[in-house]
Amino acid sequence: MPLTATNDFVIKFANVNGSGSASANELFAKAILRMGVPVSPRNIFPSNIQGLPTWYEVRVSEAGYLGRRGGVDLMVAMNPQTWATDVAEIESGGYLYYDSTKPLPLAAFREDIEVIGMPLTMLCVKHYDDPRQRQLLKNVLYLGGLSSLLGIEPDVVEKLLGEQYQGKPQLAQPNIDAFRLGRDWAADNLKPIGLKVRRADNVGDRIFVDGNTAAGLGCVYGGATVCAWYPITPSTSVAEAFEKYARKFRTTPEGEKKYAIVQAEDEIASIGMVVGAGWNGARAFTATSGPGVSLMTEFIGLAHFAEIPATIVNVQRGGPSTGMPTRTQQADVLACAYASHGDTKHILLFPEDPFEAFEQSAAALDLADRLQTPVFVMLDLDIGMNQRLCKPFAWDESRQYDRGKVLSCEELESGRPFGRYRDVDGDGIPFRTYPGTHPSRGAFFTRGTTKNVDAGYSERGPDYLENVHRLVRKFHTARGLVPQPVVRMAARPTRIGVLYYGSTSPAMHECAELLASEGMAVDLMRIRAFPFPESVRDFVLGHAVVFLVEQNRDAQLRTLLVNEFALDPARIHPVLHYDGTPITARFISRAIRDRVELLVHQEGRAA
Amino acid sequence: MTYLAKPKLHHPSLKPNKVGFTRRDYEGRISTLCAGCGHDSISAAIIQACWELDIEPHRVAKMSGIGCSSKTPDYFLGQSHGFNTVHGRMPSVLTGAYLANSELLYLGVSGDGDSASIGIGQFVHSMRRGVNMVYIVENNGVYGLTKGQFSATADAGSKSKKGVVNTDSPIDLVSLALQLGASYVGRSFSGDKAQLVPLIMGAIRHRGAAFIDVISPCVAFNNHAGSTKSYDYVREHNDSVNFLDVIEGKAPIEVEQPADGSLIEVAQHDGSILRLRKTDPDYDPRDRIGAMNFIARHHAKGEVVTGLLYVDPDAVDFHQHLGSVGTPLNKLGTAELCPGPTALDKLNASLR
Repeated sequence: MPLTATNDFVIKFANVNGSGSASANELFAKAILRMGVPVSPRNIFPSNIQGLPTWYEVRVSEAGYLGRRGGVDLMVAMNPQTWATDVAEIESGGYLYYDSTKPLPLAAFREDIEVIGMPLTMLCVKHYDDPRQRQLLKNVLYLGGLSSLLGIEPDVVEKLLGEQYQGKPQLAQPNIDAFRLGRDWAADNLKPIGLKVRRADNVGDRIFVDGNTAAGLGCVYGGATVCAWYPITPSTSVAEAFEKYARKFRTTPEGEKKYAIVQAEDEIASIGMVVGAGWNGARAFTATSGPGVSLMTEFIGLAHFAEIPATIVNVQRGGPSTGMPTRTQQADVLACAYASHGDTKHILLFPEDPFEAFEQSAAALDLADRLQTPVFVMLDLDIGMNQRLCKPFAWDESRQYDRGKVLSCEELESGRPFGRYRDVDGDGIPFRTYPGTHPSRGAFFTRGTTKNVDAGYSERGPDYLENVHRLVRKFHTARGLVPQPVVRMAARPTRIGVLYYGSTSPAMHECAELLASEGMAVDLMRIRAFPFPESVRDFVLGHAVVFLVEQNRDAQLRTLLVNEFALDPARIHPVLHYDGTPITARFISRAIRDRVELLVHQEGRAA
Repeated sequence: MTYLAKPKLHHPSLKPNKVGFTRRDYEGRISTLCAGCGHDSISAAIIQACWELDIEPHRVAKMSGIGCSSKTPDYFLGQSHGFNTVHGRMPSVLTGAYLANSELLYLGVSGDGDSASIGIGQFVHSMRRGVNMVYIVENNGVYGLTKGQFSATADAGSKSKKGVVNTDSPIDLVSLALQLGASYVGRSFSGDKAQLVPLIMGAIRHRGAAFIDVISPCVAFNNHAGSTKSYDYVREHNDSVNFLDVIEGKAPIEVEQPADGSLIEVAQHDGSILRLRKTDPDYDPRDRIGAMNFIARHHAKGEVVTGLLYVDPDAVDFHQHLGSVGTPLNKLGTAELCPGPTALDKLNASLR
């Protein structure tokens, strides 16, 4: 039986990268959004510029599930290289949409799917002379065909095309014509299918944006003035977004820039510049991914020990080594939490979506200044490089940057005592001065070597201990300053608790609904930062069965949790997804269900 | 020893400069380097240059990497902020600090291990960018703290204290800096204060990447016969191409131009004048490619070319390249930096 579904299906586009398909596919997703139906698209792309397979998977979900679902209901197969696997991926009863210009043998298809052929190449050759136009407009042509099949309103698409080519009417009209050509051909020649998009009102005022753009914008709002970075997938667009928005918002009428962005020679230099700028009183950040963090670790240790603010946006990808640069994972948790040699611990923030990527990037700059230490914003490719529907960005008019404990020239002049590493407030956070502040007071020498409370060189054991114990106090202070966990209690009391973080959010929320519909109640706690507040331990101890859902092989956050709270590892059951694709509700619910059934079975036997 | 406090007694006859500081005010802690170390002479030259130029000590940021040379910023300018960073990474930290505040004087001190080996990448790129700084390499051709290994600037054929002959080609940081676009390049010898002090002064008054390579013999590990970085060797092979005077003030004393063109005056951005008396008639420090040729030819003969080797009076520094505002970035607050909620609402609207 052919699948029938309205506003609830998965469509996947199989393309060749560099063929111009990306903008047509994005337009497809946006058109559905404009019809008030939530979508969540995901790019699955190669580390390549042109010629390799790339996919764009769009989940259409009126109910608002934004996690990856798994499975494909409609495959738009535009890449002969991946034909066989693409066809094989379609759910039974699903649909295959393909370019039927060249006849294919029957063996290329499946009996249990519906096949929709449209002679895209033929139509392009007939209507266009320029080879590049034939290539690019083919994408718009299939957009037209799909809009007819699925019932996407043509006005919406044409308006979007108009917006996309705003100010370029010579481009807008051919695109609109191609769209109509495809749509009309499909309307005349194809029979309707069981998948439909119908106008709804479930998008509200939400915005559609990728996490890297949000993080770059968050750094502009958060007051970063220095960005030093080195290109690395999937983080590059963070620095690019910062530059774009800084240019827009921070250029004076005279054309002067209230920011500095440097493409450094490598990640070591990037973090070195961030540390130098932070030491000198500017808010500075870098954006990188796993291999970059590995290179930065010596400096991260220096910044921790010398107590210099630094914000590091880590858009995680599949590791180790070059790993899967274009796939997603949450596998840098331990590498970042304990980055560098010696006893080091760093602050990690775990945004769940672009809204939090914005909020936490700005918050990280405040925290770094307040705590005088490196702060990591732990994005991943799934959030960073995919557009996601999320709450609109918000900024409180009255918000002022927290520059932390910095003594001014007037305070020094008034005779206020200063010792760079003295814990005067008991919170472990010392005062600092910016270079050049006062002619005779407040200067000190910064070093990674052991020092006494007045920053004088010292290799004495007691001086060392005083310093590192204060750093522990400072880390405890951080617990109360970082974003606190978000708890969602089940409708009825339950013994089952699930911990999760970052990009796992949408899949986890969907999973909880799925389990609830099956009669299983689970309490949820979303961890938003390291160091963990006590409430995380209480949540673990308050549930008989605890799951921790992560997107890495070694249950890294679980290790951190067990280690920091000296918890019994057996108390926390890991649910781990790490093949490079984003985690799904189906995967989590199966893992939880299987485990709970096993426990019930064991309890039954024991009784 | 550093735990001995240096007495802060000032002799009443010490002359204050125009900003009211005596030479002693530019000193730092007592050096922990070996007696006779060339590096201490360089620290003394830095102190002298800053005092003569009437620089307020707190307007200087001293940066270094790791090694004997990198320890020295603790031994001068005690009223300046200093930062002893990571081995070979001083240039990036200095660059970041300079980005944060364009108004301070950035003084980077490094060694040949720090800059020519582990940190050569950062050395290279800070020169390329034209970071406004004074970058001094205290070059002794040897790793002192780890007891006598060759560094990358050791000449091929030179002999270590243990008798090993170096076979690797040397890196000449001066030639490298010239090739990379440094806009003020000099070389000197720690034993020649008369040459070194004006070279540092000229570098301080230069806007752009100023690099000075100072041969600074290591008395413990590289001052023996067979070394090309010993006091004796450098004294014997020092080929000084000019004498530099840095002249400040609005009305410099006029001097008569000799007919043979042996006197060159170069005006810098800040109004200071570099007055050079040629000791080698063939040498023109305004000719970058000529300088590179000259240095290479003389190095092949075993000579150490010293003096102000190149200056570009029209140099453009990194902030100018970036188009930064005049106000230091670290002085901008929420009002200047945050676009605010109205702009954000507009942006939100464009993302629907």
